Amino acid sequence: MPHLDRRAALAVFGAALASMHADAGHAQAAPETTGAAPAPAAAPPAATGPFTLPPLPYPPDRNAPSIDAETMSLHHDKHHAAYVNNLNQAVAGHPEVAAKPLHEILANLNSVPEPIRTAVRNNAGGHANHSMFWTIMGGKGGEPTGELKQAIARDFGSFATMQEQFNAAGGKVFGSGWVFVTVTPDGKLAMVSRPNQDTPLMEGGRVLFGNDVWEHAYYLTYRNRRPDYLKAWWSVVDWGKVGERYAEAKTGKLTT
Amino acid sequence: MAFELPELPYAYDALQPYMSAETLQFHHDKHHLAYVDNGNKLLAGSGLEGLPLEEVVQKSFGTNQALFNNAGQHYNHIHFWKWMKPGGGGRKLPASLQARIDSDLGGFDKFREVFIEAGKGQFGSGWAWLALKDGKLEVMKTANGESPLVHGAKPLLGVDVWEHSYYIDYRNARPKYLEAWFDNLVNWEHVEEMFAAA
Repeated sequence: MPHLDRRAALAVFGAALASMHADAGHAQAAPETTGAAPAPAAAPPAATGPFTLPPLPYPPDRNAPSIDAETMSLHHDKHHAAYVNNLNQAVAGHPEVAAKPLHEILANLNSVPEPIRTAVRNNAGGHANHSMFWTIMGGKGGEPTGELKQAIARDFGSFATMQEQFNAAGGKVFGSGWVFVTVTPDGKLAMVSRPNQDTPLMEGGRVLFGNDVWEHAYYLTYRNRRPDYLKAWWSVVDWGKVGERYAEAKTGKLTT
Repeated sequence: MAFELPELPYAYDALQPYMSAETLQFHHDKHHLAYVDNGNKLLAGSGLEGLPLEEVVQKSFGTNQALFNNAGQHYNHIHFWKWMKPGGGGRKLPASLQARIDSDLGGFDKFREVFIEAGKGQFGSGWAWLALKDGKLEVMKTANGESPLVHGAKPLLGVDVWEHSYYIDYRNARPKYLEAWFDNLVNWEHVEEMFAAA
């Protein structure tokens, strides 16, 4: 619903203000100043709630120069933290939602109470997508091996073709979103893109890996040149980790 | 009629420190230009050539998504540049507009608050708006290249909350950008002009 009349605006903002502006970070915890390039502050204190921000599994400069350290810090400490905080705020007072694992919430958004459904969709999606994203980077690129290599060749023709299709799909996302390679329990791969923080988990699917094409993922280094970011990103993918996710998907253990 | 990139009505550094010269240069010379160039490629053969931009926006909405994205953003940015000026913002509103903000939106302070909240609350890329709908002022928010034009209303003021509008200068602090923009950059004369024409 793009349009807010005064009464609706008041209701929406009164009920869900804190949970709606994940992209803007945590308003009270974002003391950046105008014009200057602020140093990333420490992560905001963990909100009380069932969901927690996973630590970045490597130093923020691990993916440089493909992804600069400031981008990594802001992305994890501010953007991802805001999704977690806002998700915890949204589910506060809804123990039946808060008690479920993230992937079950996302696969059953229609059972989330309507007043918090949009906030849960956006912030649970953001939490899931970023939790996946950190773990599949930090590597040195190259190519997958073994069964995953064969699955990519089978389902996309070749590794190079898969990369081309992925770069094209990422370039085509208009506005904020993600491009993913999904995996079924029998190991079949497919490529999809989703707007904002939507994820294939919302259809009960599983993500093998994905790349964030929100501008905050690349603007500090690449400005408007998203295609350059998409190309450079392959050099930080950890194919060992992606291979582990592939194996987990085939044994039903992949939930993120 | 092919889309054309308009000149910025002020120098790249004219909106500093609230919007840096670098942000403005990328936003105008790269992002807006890309909407114009891509829009022209998609306009050719669309059956909508020759129509005024507003009609291209409205007629492509829901029928030709790729053209709509670019035409919508072209329209939004043409006005975005005019909705800003050095030394703008604040309470320097033309009287007729002020009166309608008082009667329809509960006064300037309430309007400022709701407008900024709409910008914060737009999840992902998009815009926040003051619009005229059914003869009444309303605050709205829209995703990506949408605008009040495709939701039965006339845009009077819009702020771009795509991250490329503010990430160089404010990083993730979208609320700081919105406050600085509203308080220091809004060109109320262009708002008044669109209000009079609406």
